[in-house]
Amino acid sequence: MNTCIEKIRELSADLLEKGEVVKVIGYAKGTIPMATCPIAIQSKQDVEKLVFNSTCGLNLANYARKDKGKIAIVAKGCDSRNIITHIVENQIQRDQIYIIGVPCSGMVDKNKIAALFEDEIIEFEEDGDTLNVSSSSQTQSLKKQDYLKGNCQYCTHKNPVVYDVLAADLVEEQTLENLFPDVDQIEALDEEAKWQHFENLTKNCIRCYACRNACPLCYCPVCFVDESNPQWVGKGQNKTDVNTFHFLRAFHCAGRCTDCGACVEACPVGINVRDFTRKLNKDTFDLFGWEAGLDLTKRPPLDTYNPEDPDDFIK
Amino acid sequence: MGNLLEHMGIERDRVHFSWISSAEATKFVDVVKEISDKVKALGPNKKFVKDYN
Repeated sequence: MNTCIEKIRELSADLLEKGEVVKVIGYAKGTIPMATCPIAIQSKQDVEKLVFNSTCGLNLANYARKDKGKIAIVAKGCDSRNIITHIVENQIQRDQIYIIGVPCSGMVDKNKIAALFEDEIIEFEEDGDTLNVSSSSQTQSLKKQDYLKGNCQYCTHKNPVVYDVLAADLVEEQTLENLFPDVDQIEALDEEAKWQHFENLTKNCIRCYACRNACPLCYCPVCFVDESNPQWVGKGQNKTDVNTFHFLRAFHCAGRCTDCGACVEACPVGINVRDFTRKLNKDTFDLFGWEAGLDLTKRPPLDTYNPEDPDDFIK
Repeated sequence: MGNLLEHMGIERDRVHFSWISSAEATKFVDVVKEISDKVKALGPNKKFVKDYN
């Protein structure tokens, strides 16, 4: 995947030089090892700052809204699906955005890698499918495939769905017999165990809202948790309020979530926020045959009415 | 929504959805009876309850 960065830089420099776009949104090296951050580049000289590797787990579609002028954006499969969602939801126009598509081979789970080391990771390098990770006391060579993020393991849209140009050759998509084995696992539990699972899941939540801020779907001018008149949910650490936040945020993403995993990537305490959203992804898939962000011409299922819609929950 | 609540461990019979016209008084009575019977059978709710103390 490292090879495509030259192409991304070349394309970006070209676009900026010709004035076709006012800026390019991409990934830059983070301030700590094994991290990248979003960056907006406005001049050709800065394209060297762009990087692309297996730690680009954030979703750049989040930074492409309501911008003036045409922008270029580096998009993996999930980013491109969220760009489609933005276009469908009128957050941006298709002709306002130039998509540099990057076929993706999955991003790595930083928490899983960090857990292998007792001390802090000081170096992270990729060599094809091998990850060379070092702390001050040891170096480990890992197979990338074993350390993929949860959402990347079950990803069936690695290639960008829409793009204006590709930075690398398309990759082969995987076909899964079961798209939601993780949801099934929770569904198999009894009521008490389910409740306990979610209580444990959110017990470390500090309500920093990083998941919401990283999420390309969460663009409400005032989020329901910030609203004070009326105040929908308590703002403290009360566990009912914490769970209410997670539950409602997930529901706001129903039928829109592309399972990009940006929420999990952003979480400072390692909560698998996707346990909430995945259930709704499964429901919309089972009930409406819907996967978000695949078609520019279709409205999301919760946004449309069809007499055939399942209604067996209503008396 | 009911599905996600159930997924989180809230009993299915705890939350009900219905559409009743203002002209359907008997349906309203029937639905409310059914709901209260089902909820009574479940007993007091202990989940998603805010403890103010």
